[in-house]
Amino acid sequence: MLATKLKSKETIVSLITGKAFIINCHGCKEVGFPEKEATELQKELAAEGRVTGIFTTDYICNPENMKLRLDLHKAEIDAADTVLVFSCGVGVQTVSEYLETKRVLAACDTYALPGGQGVTPLEYDCKQCGECYLNLTGGICPLTACSKSLVNGQCGGAKDGKCEVDPNMECGWERIQRRLKMVGRLDALKCPVQIRNYGNEVDAAE
Amino acid sequence: MKITDRFSRGEFVVTAEVGPPKGFHVDELVAEAKEYLSGIDAVNVTDNQSSVMRLSSLGFCKALKDGGLNPIFQLTCRDRNRMALESDLLAAALFGIDNVLCLTGDHTKLGDHPGAKPVFDLDSVSLLHTVCELERGFDLGGNELVGEPPKFAKGAVVSPCSDSIDAQLAKMERKVMAGAQYFQTQAVFDSERFISFMEKAKQFGVPVQVGVIIPKNVGMVRYMSQNVAGVYVPDAVIDELKADKEKTKAGITGVEIAARIIRECKPYCQGVHIMALGWEAKVPEILKLAGL
Ligand code: SF4
Ligand code: SF4
Repeated sequence: MLATKLKSKETIVSLITGKAFIINCHGCKEVGFPEKEATELQKELAAEGRVTGIFTTDYICNPENMKLRLDLHKAEIDAADTVLVFSCGVGVQTVSEYLETKRVLAACDTYALPGGQGVTPLEYDCKQCGECYLNLTGGICPLTACSKSLVNGQCGGAKDGKCEVDPNMECGWERIQRRLKMVGRLDALKCPVQIRNYGNEVDAAE
Repeated sequence: MKITDRFSRGEFVVTAEVGPPKGFHVDELVAEAKEYLSGIDAVNVTDNQSSVMRLSSLGFCKALKDGGLNPIFQLTCRDRNRMALESDLLAAALFGIDNVLCLTGDHTKLGDHPGAKPVFDLDSVSLLHTVCELERGFDLGGNELVGEPPKFAKGAVVSPCSDSIDAQLAKMERKVMAGAQYFQTQAVFDSERFISFMEKAKQFGVPVQVGVIIPKNVGMVRYMSQNVAGVYVPDAVIDELKADKEKTKAGITGVEIAARIIRECKPYCQGVHIMALGWEAKVPEILKLAGL
């Protein structure tokens, strides 16, 4: 089981530059989603004229489904500066890979709860760290894409763009650097020093 | 003695690196360090380098300090969580060791204990931040330290010849932001590449020591160029090592190449860090030939 919690309202509002297209994933029953709070917040944002469209779906972690469905909303997505995704970490990663030149940001933090995971993701993984980093890393999870789960940038071990642990694996921070450059968000690398909070795992179980 | 004092006096700072033994008998190594490395500013002690288990960096730093040398305590995040790292930093302060070099560390899978748990609770950036917190008198949990807080010269590393140069520069900037006061680089065999790196790195306003490895033979540099991250060896260096086999075998070619790289890079940086990899005895010769 895992649970998503909304980031604070201030955080979410500060993520939107210009207008946002909003994606909700009410996905699998294994994921606890804060539906009520999310709907309220989205209503407020829409009333302020900051939303180009809201799209609620399930299983956006399935890339094929997601692509077909998102293509129906192309105009609304093009009109937005930011795509705000209310889902678990896997959903955000799937969307940001597909819309790779768009600012795709996570509105939730994903926590682990006792019990099994939902749909097993094929291409993306989320460790349910409870303090989602995707907004600092261009939508690529540093915990699962980097062999050391580093959250402050690349180690000295990458060679020819490959990870020191596995020459068949692309260095996660090389991918993050490239993605941030592509979406014009290299400033994210100047964020304050990041320190993991392993206490979050305990919080979610409470 | 903090090596930052030397940088601020505008000196060209010379350091070299030694690896502790796989065992606890250090007399010979300390004697060797005293003989060949006592003339330089400081001596780095590696921390389970390449994820190969050895005597602790802190322990060997203490032995060198007792032997009259000025150690730099290398500290990686692979083997200890934040609490153990903080405790060891306090122990270093107790021993009067006031130079630290903060690294993320190689993954455990690369070394001689591939089944060990890789820790990486912190990384090089958050470790530098942690040292700063201790200097302010607090631990990372926000609790106050008792008595006068420790003070360290805080170093970090960067790979100037990396093929991920943008990611390396971004990380370097984060290290400066987190408190790094000087940098030692991965081995440089191509001065041109280092010089163009320094063009970009000088904006951070932090002293950089060019990293130099003595090339021992063709096999060694080929291996490094192909397998070691951030190391790039130009063909000219390989040809030079091939040219006179006897001279290379005697170590003369390696000493000449190392000294030349130092001379070429010196106008663009603030010091040199020599990784002799067992050839510590050649360090004085290299420095002499480099005009230091
Ligand atoms: S940073 Fe990674 S592990 Fe943490 S919530 Fe986001 S996707 Fe999941
Ligand atoms: S090489 Fe890249 S992916 Fe591998 S541990 Fe280092 S930063 Fe992470």
